[in-house]
Amino acid sequence: MTTATLSRWLLAGEWRAHWLQLSVALIAIAIGVAMAYSIHLINTAAFNEFSAASKSLSGQSDLQVRGRKPFFDESLYPVLVNHDGVAVANPVLEFDVAIPGKAQNRNDHKLKIIGIDMFRAAQISPDLLGLTEEGKTLDRLADDAIFLSPAAMEWLQVEQGDLLQLNAGLQAVTLRVAGGLVRARAGQRIAVMDIGAAQWRFQQLGVLSRIELKLRDGVNHAAFKAKLADELGDAYWVTEVADQEKRIANMSRAYRINLNMLALVALFTGTFLVFSTQALSVIRRRQQFALLRVLGFTRRQLLRQIVTEGGILGVIGSLLGLALGYAVAVLAIRLLGGDLGTNFFPGVKPGIHSDPWDAALFFTVGLVVTVLGSIIPALEAARAKPAVALRSGSEDTAMAKLSTPWFALICLLVALLFTQLPPVFELPIFGYLAISLLLIGGIALMPRLTAWFFSALSARWQQRRSGVVSTLALARLANAPNQAAIALGGILASFSLMVAMAIMVTSFRISIDHWLGRVLPADLYVRAAASGDLQADAQKAIAGLPGFDRLDFFRTQQLTLDVNRPEITLFARPVDQADARNTLPLTDDMIAPGALPENVMPVWVSEAMVDLYGYRVGDKVTLPVGATPSEFLVAGVWRDYGRQFGAIQMQLADYQALTGDLSINTVALWVRPGVSLDAAVAGLRQLPFGAALEISRSSDMRALSLEIFDRSFAVTYLLELIAVVIGLLGVAASFSAQTLARIKEFGMLRHIGVMRRQILAMLAAEGGLLTALGMVLGFVLGWSISLILVFIVNPQSFHWTMELHLPWNWLAMIALIMLVAAALTALLAGRRAVSGEVVRAVKEDW
Amino acid sequence: MKFCKQIKTNAQGMIVLMLMLFGFLAMEALAESSRLKPVTPGYQLVFPQDYGAHQDFRIEWWYITGWLETEDKKPLGFQVTFFRYATDQNHDNPSRFAAKYLIIAHLALSDPDAGKLMHEEKSLREGFDLAYAKPGNTEVKLDDWTLVREADGRYQVDMQGSDFGLRLSLTPTQMAMLQDQNGFSRKGPEPEQASYYYSEPHLQVTGAVLRNGKPVKVTGSAWLDHEWSTAYLDPAADGWDWTGANLDDGSALMAFQIRRKGGGKVWAYAALRDASGNMRFFAPEEVEFTPIRTWRSPHTEADYPVAMHIRTAEIEWRLTPLLDDQELDSSQSTGSIYWEGAVTLTRDNQAAGRGYLELTGYAKPLKL
Repeated sequence: MTTATLSRWLLAGEWRAHWLQLSVALIAIAIGVAMAYSIHLINTAAFNEFSAASKSLSGQSDLQVRGRKPFFDESLYPVLVNHDGVAVANPVLEFDVAIPGKAQNRNDHKLKIIGIDMFRAAQISPDLLGLTEEGKTLDRLADDAIFLSPAAMEWLQVEQGDLLQLNAGLQAVTLRVAGGLVRARAGQRIAVMDIGAAQWRFQQLGVLSRIELKLRDGVNHAAFKAKLADELGDAYWVTEVADQEKRIANMSRAYRINLNMLALVALFTGTFLVFSTQALSVIRRRQQFALLRVLGFTRRQLLRQIVTEGGILGVIGSLLGLALGYAVAVLAIRLLGGDLGTNFFPGVKPGIHSDPWDAALFFTVGLVVTVLGSIIPALEAARAKPAVALRSGSEDTAMAKLSTPWFALICLLVALLFTQLPPVFELPIFGYLAISLLLIGGIALMPRLTAWFFSALSARWQQRRSGVVSTLALARLANAPNQAAIALGGILASFSLMVAMAIMVTSFRISIDHWLGRVLPADLYVRAAASGDLQADAQKAIAGLPGFDRLDFFRTQQLTLDVNRPEITLFARPVDQADARNTLPLTDDMIAPGALPENVMPVWVSEAMVDLYGYRVGDKVTLPVGATPSEFLVAGVWRDYGRQFGAIQMQLADYQALTGDLSINTVALWVRPGVSLDAAVAGLRQLPFGAALEISRSSDMRALSLEIFDRSFAVTYLLELIAVVIGLLGVAASFSAQTLARIKEFGMLRHIGVMRRQILAMLAAEGGLLTALGMVLGFVLGWSISLILVFIVNPQSFHWTMELHLPWNWLAMIALIMLVAAALTALLAGRRAVSGEVVRAVKEDW
Repeated sequence: MKFCKQIKTNAQGMIVLMLMLFGFLAMEALAESSRLKPVTPGYQLVFPQDYGAHQDFRIEWWYITGWLETEDKKPLGFQVTFFRYATDQNHDNPSRFAAKYLIIAHLALSDPDAGKLMHEEKSLREGFDLAYAKPGNTEVKLDDWTLVREADGRYQVDMQGSDFGLRLSLTPTQMAMLQDQNGFSRKGPEPEQASYYYSEPHLQVTGAVLRNGKPVKVTGSAWLDHEWSTAYLDPAADGWDWTGANLDDGSALMAFQIRRKGGGKVWAYAALRDASGNMRFFAPEEVEFTPIRTWRSPHTEADYPVAMHIRTAEIEWRLTPLLDDQELDSSQSTGSIYWEGAVTLTRDNQAAGRGYLELTGYAKPLKL
């Protein structure tokens, strides 16, 4: 008989006999790989699609010129056309128009309109030329025509030839859908118009959003870019397409990386499960292996046998995982969209494209993890002296090496150290490392902790001379702690992750709820329905309405402070002179009320401004507000969950004095007591321009914001659920493996008169006790991890802080469910082990 | 009287400007916008104003064709065209981008050594002083392409494409030649099918052709047409054949026929002016175009009668192309395909001079 045949026999025999453990191990590997792979696929698809969609809008330009503000004067256009080195200058006017009745989703009710000059765009972004009806090419220049992407047509429910009504400021504009944009990407909602028509119809006369440049052959791009930037001065940015990609990548980077980290944590949990399954399976067969050694199997052969077994498991499990991951990704994109409902990538409908290299990577990770999980117990099995291993009851000693506390303590210590380190490339890398080390350390400490805890418990219990079942269970847990610890590891890992996520999400949600109360103090908020502004006469008309106690005007604007970063938001509004805390949700970091010097213009910056731009309270900063940049004093820091890229608040009066811009975007209205909200809204609607107003109640806005929040965290809940399932699978796998390994023990117990019922009760007690300990420890571990998530990961990646809140009810409920599930699992696994054949069970030992 | 043949949009949905120009002229002739004026007989052309742009008319063009000779006596043909087109759009639009008028330009060079026509085109809306056709005198600009008539009557052409360019000075040696009825030129049986049309034959050319970035000195002789109209073509028309030639004895010949769909002609006209300025006009039935030899374009598979026999009353003319491949295919941009080529002429079998032949409406329409 050859070694290969023998090896095959051994494998087939083992798997036939223990198909349950086998399938659990396979599922664990598959789920781990699938989680990581599907999240990777979704993220990549969404990001690539978003970036491709943005790129298709800017075409094949070499450089782009933008203002610091969203719009700049069109007089730059002829200057650039006539500039040496410029082959084509393509003027673009781009803006969003709110679609009435599509406001269910705060970030997703706008249509992007791009105004182009077809003759210039033909040379830089030909994809934006609308496809007209035959013979009506002039529609591309028409002042009443608009071209819609297929997704926009579907969304607005119009077709070629239909009329489309849009709001421009307070006026309605009716446009003719002259054709489609066949080259728009799937899901991309855009509209294209002639640039002159767009300027006129949407009241954007005289301004452009950007000018795209194609340089003459032979012109050095970098040198030209530097020279042009120098010529244009501070008011403009000159960027390359690569800069834009970077900017897009920056926008969603924190989100993507956080999600990937979560996926890795899931893979880690899966890994642990694979390890414990493999380890237990090897330990269970110590005698079998020892017998093989006695019969002439070499150590090397034995090692190869076990590793091959793990390798086959790894291959099958990882392949299953890839398939499952792909299916989950496709399903998730179809159901939730590419951003999993978070609106980080608005307006794209990505398709999943699997890169064979990525698939290979995730496959390898799955395989390596499984093989590693097999190697450690295999090494031990190969090293064991056959004579010792052949004897019964030696299993626990096999695990003794795992219980050295030093490794665990070092892990925990390093984790503690890592929490003190700053972010790397604006990412909480050390935060995540600390989380992994906490988990590893916690799990590694488990055998020692189990032994201590149950020895102590057992000692106390014996003093009280209690029942057989509890004595037996405690004795087992206290004296063979290593196997128990492995079972505990799975529970610990999944429960602690769940606790951590639950605490983080709850803290976040409650903080947001409080914050919403602070930032939406008025009863009603009124905006012009489109991108338009409210001019002085409209302001006066609103101010003249009866039924309101107070109204505040807001002017909001996007500003580019750093060309590699997304735009920040500037709010100009009346801020309480006496104490800014009455207006803004300030943190403690502020200049004390009254200590503000006279004759300075104060600004209040969001936490993101502190992290990203280095603004500190008391700093003098220069902002491009008004004709020339002006100096402001940073008077305080406020909390902003709405804009992770930064926001600044300033006094409306300062803004108006600097810019001469008296128009506003938003009015906050406080309804006089005794006046109903409906009456107030009706009053607003009766204004001459009332139909074009977007009126929101702050209660609705709060509800909507929280709904969006919950949707964003839907994926987190999903991950939590999967973590729980993996944890329970771990319990099932360990217990069934252990109880089978303990058949001899049960046989012996039956012989000395222990009832079957009592053995089952003992198993349930073991399971329950173990799980209870796992959960207590898991809670401690999870709570520590949540501290890292709340106070390190979130501020470092999203630049906002929050208060800690613990969801006690939810945690208690999950703990109870897991406790019962674990006890039941242990019981079910045990039933098989004690089902008859007592004599054989004992015989087997000799 | 030069214009281009319509084709349909190609699959990429590119600009089909010529198509729509032609379409407007042919099909919407009756549905005139009141803003634009019709062409009427009896109008007295006034110079220098009429050298300039006429914004009240739908379409207008300055069309220069001619023969050049390099210092080593090699012949070249060239074509320079600027169109101005009034859209029906944006007339109340205060935006500086409002597309009220479009400027379109074609530039082509025929070089027997290259064996084919080189050409470039550009289009832009008027505005920002980047593109315009000014009234008062010929002054047309499209980005860095310009055609300007100076006070002394000399034209300056400066057009640099990506592969080649022209920088020419064109000096008149004769009076302007008013076509047909004092510059009122009929194009069809209906009285409104007409244009205002004068030519400047025998322009003496000096300047340089830029090739590969290097200027090559040239001299030569050119023909300028300036024509403006609101309604132009008969709906039954299929295309046209046109020629303008500077004859060696100082006389000038212009002849065209507008072909009827399915054969025959809608209209024809010819005029011959001798060196002393005496004009002889030929009635439609006296003008006859007969193909001598056709050439099939390898680019578009269109058959062009590149060698043409023309009879004007008792005079027999034979036109022989400088090279066969002088097809101008701009279907990727403006969408027009036509043949515009340098030709030599014989009069009653005697070498008589050199000119240009234009053949439109021969290319097969591209199917979507």
